[in-house]
Amino acid sequence: MRHRITVTVNGETEFLEVESHRTLLQVLREDLDLTGTKNGCNSGECGACTVLFDGEPVNACLVLAVEADGHEVITIEGLAQEGALDPLQRAFINRNAVQCGFCTPGMIISARALLDRNPQPSEMEIRQAIAGNLCRCTGYTRIVEAVQEVAES
Amino acid sequence: MKIFDYIKPKTLAEASAFMIEHDGEAKLYAGGTDLLILMRDGFITPQYIVDIKEIPSLRDISFDETAGLTIGAAATLNAVASSPIIRTRFGLLAEAAETIGSYQVRNRATIGGNICNASPSADTVPALLVLGAMAWVFGGGEEKAVPLDTFFTGPGKTMLGPGNILTSIQVPLSPAGSAHRYLKLGRVRAADLALVGVAVLGFPQPGNPSGYGFRIALGAVAPTPIRAPEAEALLAESVDDEAVDKAALAAMRTAKPISDVRAKAEYRSAMVRVLTRRGIQEVLEDLH
Repeated sequence: MRHRITVTVNGETEFLEVESHRTLLQVLREDLDLTGTKNGCNSGECGACTVLFDGEPVNACLVLAVEADGHEVITIEGLAQEGALDPLQRAFINRNAVQCGFCTPGMIISARALLDRNPQPSEMEIRQAIAGNLCRCTGYTRIVEAVQEVAES
Repeated sequence: MKIFDYIKPKTLAEASAFMIEHDGEAKLYAGGTDLLILMRDGFITPQYIVDIKEIPSLRDISFDETAGLTIGAAATLNAVASSPIIRTRFGLLAEAAETIGSYQVRNRATIGGNICNASPSADTVPALLVLGAMAWVFGGGEEKAVPLDTFFTGPGKTMLGPGNILTSIQVPLSPAGSAHRYLKLGRVRAADLALVGVAVLGFPQPGNPSGYGFRIALGAVAPTPIRAPEAEALLAESVDDEAVDKAALAAMRTAKPISDVRAKAEYRSAMVRVLTRRGIQEVLEDLH
């Protein structure tokens, strides 16, 4: 079954035709070439596919593309404004919070949403907010510090 | 994943009729955080996914002093965990909901899904059992109330028949002055299934010899989440250290855990005792 949908992605209106079974993750990566969002586990456990759906972080691997009709999606590509990196992106670079980079898009999206709803989070609140974003490289310390750096400024 | 069709009915009646017409080939869809994974792993292969979460009122959370709390079955776990009325008057449920998955998962996963997926380890259920919750089920054009302790019939199984849809959970007011804890043991602190889940509600009860009433429910250690009536009865008599130990032991004996890939039965059993004792002690501290 094909569905015609209208989705706002990173501020742009997209008119798409998607099959019922395709996920938002697949459509973002394959139809819109927005490959910043990653497929880590395809089961909502790792958070590498985290995007903002109407401002709230979700695992795009567990959202059917058809459900995005009429909604707003923001991916990592949508965070930088007119070429200027989001403060979180800059902090991740400055703090060496990126090693292989695979978790980074999802991690930054989760952190962005945290700071939007709680501008001064405690360390525990940061850790809880990114609990759904797994990192195999960094041990999380510098990621937490990068979020704290942005929160303090 | 086998290819399927996505259907979005506008009313409960439409959804129910579709489910009856396509009985065995269709699955109700809300958050999808359990369903899509079961489908991806090939455990189920529905022909139709029936999205009901935007049917009016299924997401509503409302409260009045008579009816108590009413939570639409499609309310997300984050909506439940962050609802001011739930946090202040039904805090045990907020506490339990927050232990599930991750922030991203909780933005999609629903309380109705947690209940209807009927995992023995479902975290909202021990809290709801202890709070005396009622399930409202739509079917045959009407809604009927089903006490939650009769809702589950086995691991992954509920009393819901073809065309039945869980529409809301109703939670009565808790006794005045109550305190609560939900203790969840997992292999890691976040985003894990419960190896053992213990919900404890304690409240002043002048009619009891101990002066207190307790309700205790256990998750992940029986075919369905269960109450621990022997433990509760012991605490009605006394809440001194010896009684608390005896109650924890009674809870352990009520549990019938299995060994699985996550933990052995003996470990789960031992942890029921530890967590129950800890939960009772912490609630008593809050009550004093």
